[in-house]
Amino acid sequence: MTEVPTVLRRAAAVSGATNRGRPLISLAGVGKTYQNGTLALTDVNLSIGQGEFVSLLGPSGCGKSTLLRMIAGLGSTSEGSIDWPQSRYDAKGEPQRDLGFVFQEPTLMPWATVFENVYLPLKLTGVGKRAAVGRVTEVLAMVGLEKFAGSYPRELSGGMKMRASIARALVVKPQVLLMDEPFAALDEITRIRLNNDLLGLWQSQQWTVIFVTHSVYESVYLSNRIVVMSARPGRIVADLAIDAPYPRGEMFRTSSTYNEFCRTTSAELSRAMAGAEEEH
Amino acid sequence: MAGPSSSGNPSPAVRIIVPIVLGIVFVGAWEFFVRYYHVPKFVLPPPSMIAEALINDYQTLSVSLWNTLKVTLAAFFVALAIGVAFAILFTQSRIFEISLFPYAVILQVTPIVSIAPFIIIWVGLDHVERALLILATIVAFFPILSNTTLGLKSVDHNLQNLFDLYRASRWQRLKELQFPSALPYLLGGMKISGGLALIGAVVAEFVAGSGTGTGLAWRIIESANRLNIPRMFAALLLLSVLGILIFFGLSALERLLLRKWHESAVGREN
Repeated sequence: MTEVPTVLRRAAAVSGATNRGRPLISLAGVGKTYQNGTLALTDVNLSIGQGEFVSLLGPSGCGKSTLLRMIAGLGSTSEGSIDWPQSRYDAKGEPQRDLGFVFQEPTLMPWATVFENVYLPLKLTGVGKRAAVGRVTEVLAMVGLEKFAGSYPRELSGGMKMRASIARALVVKPQVLLMDEPFAALDEITRIRLNNDLLGLWQSQQWTVIFVTHSVYESVYLSNRIVVMSARPGRIVADLAIDAPYPRGEMFRTSSTYNEFCRTTSAELSRAMAGAEEEH
Repeated sequence: MAGPSSSGNPSPAVRIIVPIVLGIVFVGAWEFFVRYYHVPKFVLPPPSMIAEALINDYQTLSVSLWNTLKVTLAAFFVALAIGVAFAILFTQSRIFEISLFPYAVILQVTPIVSIAPFIIIWVGLDHVERALLILATIVAFFPILSNTTLGLKSVDHNLQNLFDLYRASRWQRLKELQFPSALPYLLGGMKISGGLALIGAVVAEFVAGSGTGTGLAWRIIESANRLNIPRMFAALLLLSVLGILIFFGLSALERLLLRKWHESAVGREN
């Protein structure tokens, strides 16, 4: 499978970046060397436009999570820069943007109720509880947890915990939702349901989503753009557009178009991994 | 061999009844052997005589009990305040921890009996109760300090990131994240320190000797000197009861604060 099907094109040609002028996020020559000297990422150039659903796909150890964390400002870059051309910068040089981050684990505070957990980002930014009740209730309804506001995390199933974690990310009305393999630890049935719910929310709320995954199937199903990364040192080896219409559902998941996208994406991923092995 | 049913958790009623029955049997046997073999009462008095002493000397003993309780509680709360304050300091500033923690350890590992005479000389000649308080506090504060320090540092890494993401202040981080994370550790430390505060108070009283003449430990020495062995046992019994009450009180507090969320305290259905 080296030949590229007609449905697949280089994503840059269709991405929001070129459609609307300035991109939302712009990565130029980004590299990361860990303190122990390991080169984790090298020369990552990427422009992400408003409203895109981008998957970062790659084998484990390719630095995709590291890249996501740097985009969130949770780690510094060793080389290059990450810019937010559409955002204002404050006096400290920090871009003013609203982010939601969903970790691989639900990462809820076990001592706090679902309501308190979801309220946390607003609390930390100085919103009083009374003023926040409406918004918290709203996002809990969005993820289907309105009846569990008073429950503690330990009383919830894995899928429900992840829903609470997503609600917490959404409560600040983020422009960008960053997700680090959020559904990797869930069972297949729960994962498919959460995939569908996430797509529904993305379509209605018009965020930009950057989604880290190591699943070809998940990335093709969800995203309209897949950035394939190679193993260490991580770099971008393919940038694929998944030009299939939304809403996507069971029909799409079982269609030949979906299969074709999966095959092409898999081939790119295999090439990325083979290339990395040759270098070593 | 025990079947599968006997290897499971016994019911709460069994947990209470079995130790009580054992205690009654023990006390009964004690009473019986002492009377049957005519053991002199200054060697080992029978339980009935200890009970008698408890009732007859109630006045003196209750004053002593109250004095020991005062020192123990005061030392416990001072230890709690100092332990938590220094733990917070340690986690906020690495340099504080590096420079002070070794001294906390030295204070902990030096036997309190050997420190006591110094404290008594420096402080206790005029204010014996202050010397007792200082000594009991020295014994009690370390478990709180070390447990709370560990707890404040044992914060989920991803939750830390979440607080970074929303640019939480130091105070917010401490209040919303570190302190709740540390609470189970702190409560564990408090359970140990509660018992140690009592031990510290008793040891200090022993060392301070006749100068104090008020607490239960002194009552034990004084009764021994007068060969009033039943009263000695009565004072000992009160000390045990005090220790048990402190332990159960702190266990109840722990259950109350953690029952909603912490694995150690939540009831399990399976």
